[in-house]
Amino acid sequence: MAKKPLGPVRRAFSPWDDPSEQPFIEFRNITKRFGNFVAVDNLSLKIYKREFHALLGGSGCGKTTLMRMLAGFEAPSEGQIFLEGRDLAGVPPYKRPVNMMFQSYALFPHMNVEKNIAFGLEMDGLPSKEIKSRVMEMLSLVKLEGFAKRKPHQLSGGQRQRVALARSLAKRPKVLLLDEPLAALDKKLREETQLELINLQEQLRMTFLIVTHDQEEAMTVADRISVMDKGKILQNATPGEIYEQPNSRFVAEFIGDINVLDGQVTNKELEDVKMFSSVLGSHLDVCYPTAANVGDHAALAIRPEKMRISFDKPERLGTNAIQGEVWDIAYMGDVSIYHIKVAETETLRAIVANTARLVERPITWEDQVWLSWDSDAGVILTR
Amino acid sequence: MPSKPSWFNLTSLVLGFSFLYLPIVILIVFSFNESRLVTVWAGFSTKWYAALLQNEQLLEAAWVTFRIGLTSATLATVLGTLAALVLARQGRFFGRTLFSGMIYAPLVMPEVILGLSLLLLFVAIDQNRGFWTIMIAHTTFSMCYVAIVVQSRLSGFDRSLEEAAMDLGCPPVRTFFRITLPQILPGVLAGWMLAFTLSLDDLVIASFNSGPGSTTLPMKIYSQVRLGVTPEINAICTILVVIVTIGVILASLLTKRQRFKRMEEERLAAAHL
Repeated sequence: MAKKPLGPVRRAFSPWDDPSEQPFIEFRNITKRFGNFVAVDNLSLKIYKREFHALLGGSGCGKTTLMRMLAGFEAPSEGQIFLEGRDLAGVPPYKRPVNMMFQSYALFPHMNVEKNIAFGLEMDGLPSKEIKSRVMEMLSLVKLEGFAKRKPHQLSGGQRQRVALARSLAKRPKVLLLDEPLAALDKKLREETQLELINLQEQLRMTFLIVTHDQEEAMTVADRISVMDKGKILQNATPGEIYEQPNSRFVAEFIGDINVLDGQVTNKELEDVKMFSSVLGSHLDVCYPTAANVGDHAALAIRPEKMRISFDKPERLGTNAIQGEVWDIAYMGDVSIYHIKVAETETLRAIVANTARLVERPITWEDQVWLSWDSDAGVILTR
Repeated sequence: MPSKPSWFNLTSLVLGFSFLYLPIVILIVFSFNESRLVTVWAGFSTKWYAALLQNEQLLEAAWVTFRIGLTSATLATVLGTLAALVLARQGRFFGRTLFSGMIYAPLVMPEVILGLSLLLLFVAIDQNRGFWTIMIAHTTFSMCYVAIVVQSRLSGFDRSLEEAAMDLGCPPVRTFFRITLPQILPGVLAGWMLAFTLSLDDLVIASFNSGPGSTTLPMKIYSQVRLGVTPEINAICTILVVIVTIGVILASLLTKRQRFKRMEEERLAAAHL
């Protein structure tokens, strides 16, 4: 395929930092109970116009229920949902200006691609001429021009996914809901489609809400991510903030890999904190704004790629260094993950980029090494 | 993989098939008998089929049966499909177990009781018995068969199709006709066929609820047999067997062809990837 010129560079976008900005979608104190099970627990969330927002969490965390309440398939037990300031209570799904792309795609098996895409437009009673041109526009948007007359079962998984996308975009909804849209695709196709989704959202200037359990997917596509667990939003922030400043142990461990050391705060001067780790038997320097006070129990979390390993003790100021033994090495191609045994019961992980082609590892199994990280590399977690 | 049949398998096959089909074969053979006596073979003839066309009473009964079958099967399909939808969709509601039990009850209820109870009802409401009473009676017992067939089809139905339709702006009733019905249509048609055949060959319930001028074919055949089996009866039974056989073969050919067509399309699609 010939390479197309790249679109404009994404501009900085952060309406959530602007206090005068009105939310486009607002969940206000939403609770949803199924019998005794609380699927969504007194949750509030504001999503802004043209935002690509991701609801991220494991199965049963309430993310899909939240989306289905916005689509109108479930009614909240308590609380209100607003779209452009209008309360959606009592508005049936077929009258809401949002469209959903289903995880199973839910293509109508007895209709061909063209009829599937035209379905929503026919419901709106558009003249057939306009339906036809809109269907063509959608087909070219998802690059399926030659497939108008195919039935869904004559398409591959990736093609079905694009038809489902085209069908949910055809009515130009105010919000597009994506329920695990890429779960059924293989890894390579999924990564390509993620980028296509971002471009599509830029191009159409629509608000997208995606539900996913795949943290990489959420990081790639979303402007902001809400990490959910047990019906609550634990953290709602940009991918960078979620990754570098997780507000809880759950978020830190859910997104990417992280080393967590339990400890106690022994000294605190503004952002310079000293912590004692009983497992390591040593004091560690951390530079991180925290609410924890001297004497409080807290956890120190450091991402493996911010850890370094060396034979000689690093003497730089503001660096924590502990001794350990190379316990295991996992070769991933681009990087290698070193598991360093730092205590009888504790191994920590360090990621080393394989910048040179693998000839001979300078550091290998059972070597005694120094594991070090800068004081501002870690994060203090209090919950 | 075909393997050499053992003598045991062969014997079971022959025994099973003769048990099932020997009576029917004898009936068909004797419908071509020259003699008036049913049990004595006197040479090949088709005169009883010709005689059948002259027998206005039998033709009249056949026409009544056909009309009752059509109307009761259609009515039973509508009611049975609605019942199946409620059972498959409504989830738990008060009285669900009772309702589903009552839907299945006519399957195991003795026909005599069903026929009698309907007769008592029609007498109580002072309804003259005839075409309509038989039709209603047949609808009553065949709708539960439809409900079962349609319910099994609905259990494999992806609800997100309906949600997708509503999401795209389609109100519920329209969603049923545009999305749900086309998907469960094979089940609905199978239910209709079943109801039609059940109505066609019912004797007991029809006898209880018939009136003057509404004698169905099974009733007519039964009453004639009491006066002695004539080759004419054999002839009309043979015709019934042929109609049913053709129907079954057509239906299976149709489904097979659909499957082949689908497989071929899928193969083509895979080649185009």
